[in-house]
Amino acid sequence: MLKKLFGSPVGKKLVTGITGLGLVGFVLLHMVGNLALFSGDQAYNEYSEFLTGMGPLFYLVEAGLLAFFVFHIVTGIKIAIGKRRARPVGYDRYQSAGAPSRQTAASRSMIVTGMILLVFTVFHLISFKFGPGGPGNDDVAYLVAYDGGEPIRNMALLVRERFASPLYAFGYTAVMLLLILHLRHGVWSALQSLGAMKPSISGLVYTVGGLLGAGTGIGFLFVPMALYFNLI
Amino acid sequence: MQIKLKVWRQKGPRDTGRFEEYVVPDANPHMSFLELLDVLNEQLIMEGKDPVEFDHDCREGICGSCGVVVDGVAHGPQQRTACCQLHMRHYKDGDSIVVEPWRASAFPIIRDLVVDRSAFDRIIGAGGYVSVSTGAAPDANAIPIPKVVVDEAFDYAACIGCGACVAACPNASASLFTAAKISHLALLPQGQAERAQRVVNMVDQMEAEGFGDCSNHAECEAVCPKGISIKGIATMRREYIKATLSQ
Repeated sequence: MLKKLFGSPVGKKLVTGITGLGLVGFVLLHMVGNLALFSGDQAYNEYSEFLTGMGPLFYLVEAGLLAFFVFHIVTGIKIAIGKRRARPVGYDRYQSAGAPSRQTAASRSMIVTGMILLVFTVFHLISFKFGPGGPGNDDVAYLVAYDGGEPIRNMALLVRERFASPLYAFGYTAVMLLLILHLRHGVWSALQSLGAMKPSISGLVYTVGGLLGAGTGIGFLFVPMALYFNLI
Repeated sequence: MQIKLKVWRQKGPRDTGRFEEYVVPDANPHMSFLELLDVLNEQLIMEGKDPVEFDHDCREGICGSCGVVVDGVAHGPQQRTACCQLHMRHYKDGDSIVVEPWRASAFPIIRDLVVDRSAFDRIIGAGGYVSVSTGAAPDANAIPIPKVVVDEAFDYAACIGCGACVAACPNASASLFTAAKISHLALLPQGQAERAQRVVNMVDQMEAEGFGDCSNHAECEAVCPKGISIKGIATMRREYIKATLSQ
């Protein structure tokens, strides 16, 4: 039954929709968490320590996120392959018929923006989570102790160092613009996939989806831009 | 008015096919797009060439037989219109028009602009009907159904099976066509007995025919000559999930 539910054309959209919405929730929390740097390095480091200090719960969430990523990516690739199989010969000329179509550059490039986001995520984990001072990479230079307490990871120092480089600051910015594009179609599409759409609220959900995507992507840009231009 | 046409020509399913360019020197603005092709064909016959094959029947927008991609849009630039009801008054003297067949591996080309849409028949054959006895015509009138429900069911029943949804979908998905029949019958009391089995069988058949997966581009709704809403696709998904979970 589960194989039928998740392997069918309806099920594939169900999987991408549920995992997609879960990942949207994650990036939204991640974005808000990043803004802790504007309250100072200590607040940022303590927030980071609070998350990693949760122990088993933290690992459980990480495992869940990994599973969501894997299912989202595998199903997305399956859909993209199926698309090529379903139309091996394309049109000489092709264009959208306009509203009520929701076909945009964002909706057509989901596989491309998704793949770039995947490569970015791996690189991002290597440079931050598993970077200096992280798991398996103990470096006393990236530890800091506040008010005579136990030394904790100086995440703020690492972030400041990384975003001093234009490659990091602007590369990150470029990928976040692609995230906005991915969420532009993704949020609305996920809700339609879950069968949760009424025509009367479709336009509203589409707009809110776009704003949520744009808000998340732009929110991620405050930290790298503020650091690169020495504003904090 | 003079119209230049770039038309896909293909002798048979195994021919590789190619575009050929033609000029119709004296098209009439009152002509429909299919009548323009008729004029082109008379011209080609006079020149001793093979006429362009295209599907058509009623020519009044209700049968679903016609359908070609006109300048990259299924059924052409006018929404809620099959290409038989697209008139040349929407074009200017000297315009060029590209004409292509529906493109999908589930709709193999038979010749020129004619494709084999029997995959749609097999999807309907998998469950798009009511086989239990629901009485004769007077019994239908004896079952009260709220007007709003009847109207919604009718909006889905308006599907003429032309295949424009598949042709326009970037993924060549048949979701709108399949969803229209599922949503139509799910709304009516006569459709209830086979409701769960219907959605599972029709979705399975849609997949088996080699149509792509839906990516919610909603392009199908924009080209549908009957304006069938993608709300039906959301309904199909809910029906499928419920049916699978209850099996």
